[in-house]
Amino acid sequence: MTRVRIDYRWVAVFAILVTFAVPWFLWGDSRVFAGLPLWLWWHIGWMGLTAVVFHLFTRTAWDRGIVGEGR
Amino acid sequence: MVSALGIQLGVVGAYLVVALAVGLLAYRLTSRDAEDYYLAGRSIGTVVLLFTTFATLLSAFTFFGGPDLAYRAGPEWILVMGVMDGVLFAILWYVVGYKQWLVGRAHGYVTLGEMLGDRFGSTRLRAVVAGISLFWLFPYVMLQQMGAGEAIVGLTNGIVPYWAGAAGITVFMIAYVVIAGLRGVAWTDTLQGLFMLGVVWLAVGWVATAAGGPTALSNALATNKPEFLALGGGLYSPQFIISSAVTIAFGVAMFPQINQRFFVAKSGAVLKRSFALWPVLVVLLFVPAFILGTWAAGLGISVPEGANVLPVLLNEYTPVWFAALVIAGAMAAMMSSSDSMLLSGSSYFTRDLYRPFVNPDASEAREAWLARIGVALFATLTFVASLFRPGTLVSVGDTAFGGFAQMALPVIVALYWTKTTRTGMFAGILGSQAFYLAHVFVPAIEVGSMTLFGATYLTWDYALWGMALSAVLTVGVSAMTAAAPEENQSRFTDGLRAD
Repeated sequence: MTRVRIDYRWVAVFAILVTFAVPWFLWGDSRVFAGLPLWLWWHIGWMGLTAVVFHLFTRTAWDRGIVGEGR
Repeated sequence: MVSALGIQLGVVGAYLVVALAVGLLAYRLTSRDAEDYYLAGRSIGTVVLLFTTFATLLSAFTFFGGPDLAYRAGPEWILVMGVMDGVLFAILWYVVGYKQWLVGRAHGYVTLGEMLGDRFGSTRLRAVVAGISLFWLFPYVMLQQMGAGEAIVGLTNGIVPYWAGAAGITVFMIAYVVIAGLRGVAWTDTLQGLFMLGVVWLAVGWVATAAGGPTALSNALATNKPEFLALGGGLYSPQFIISSAVTIAFGVAMFPQINQRFFVAKSGAVLKRSFALWPVLVVLLFVPAFILGTWAAGLGISVPEGANVLPVLLNEYTPVWFAALVIAGAMAAMMSSSDSMLLSGSSYFTRDLYRPFVNPDASEAREAWLARIGVALFATLTFVASLFRPGTLVSVGDTAFGGFAQMALPVIVALYWTKTTRTGMFAGILGSQAFYLAHVFVPAIEVGSMTLFGATYLTWDYALWGMALSAVLTVGVSAMTAAAPEENQSRFTDGLRAD
């Protein structure tokens, strides 16, 4: 039998990435920067960050929670 | 006006012919056995996999429904689709997709129903999964035809009627799937994905320049639609944003054409690379597409009845040929969506319904012909239904996504929890479908202070409650029942090897 390890740190990281893809703290804010709403800039930046974190995940933790380690 | 019409139809027609030529080329390289026809021989590389999945998402729902919604209700739809597609779906890409890829490679599965049917030792479960998938596929294929019809009306200012656009795309997508199979679809998806990405940015640049720059556009928005600049408000409550993003993301993962993509990657490395690129691609496409709809609202563009905002805006601010080119790109993307849908649908039909129940000994050739006839029939029926236009693009799409989303949690539970039982799966899948269907079709009724079968309970979408129900039923009933002797409980856990 193989043992599958769940890494709760990554679960938490993913949860944060999902939660703040929408800038809830800017709710109702209508400030505009360079022609686009500020909240949209946050979203664009956050998605960039998400891509970087996802890349790190594939480099260091891919297979986590899916393929067992001890074989 | 005649010459403008000539240019519009010429550009759209020429683009579709190029796509067909690529399909024919692919056909010559495709062998005829089923795995190759459906899955391009499990040999799809990173760029093609990413674009083919992406282009499949890139349907009338995104490209015409999205800008329409942004035009009517504001640009927050970018956030909904961003969280949905760029983050939640990417995570499901790993949790569902990578897992299914490993399981599929180990046991040679081609469809979701096949995988679950084998694990739970039940052809009936296999058929139920295929049947439900085909049921919800219907409105989504119809949505593409509606989108094409509305786009043509917007582009030609009503000279070409709605039904003609819808019929045109129907004929084209049938011809295409019947001739080419998935290899053709994958190639053209890549072509179309790249084309769309380029063209939509050109459109943004062009409109922005013609209208005096982004700052002038946001000023126009601040004057005419000040509520659009503020985050939230109107349609966009936190509940709406969360419900839409969650149900669409989980629904997308269960979509036949997306789910089947989980089986096609050449190697795990391909899935890995595409995983990290997902959020970037999503931003690159959705931000410009939906911002165009938002700008149109600020500019006071008026959209004729039954048309899309996008072609109307482009006709106003860009040359005729360019507007036609964008619409051609969008139609091509919709076509590739529909192609993939129809193709996956046909494999669900032949492999999960026809073969196990009607004719187990059907020859490969017979199966291939049956699949093609099925595609033609299905597309014709959705075309007929599209003529009735039962709702807006986004509302029809949402209903279909919600229906698929009801299956997602039972599938995830089955993939990861070895104690899941066949009875638990039936309870979770059928129970949530019954709940969801009742809410789609039964009119709302007031019982005391509560509304039954309304759009929400406690302000949350019924689709979300249905998903919760599906998880509770699957886990609860599994915990109370024992596995049947035909079940293979270790099917999804043992023998999985990383690359």
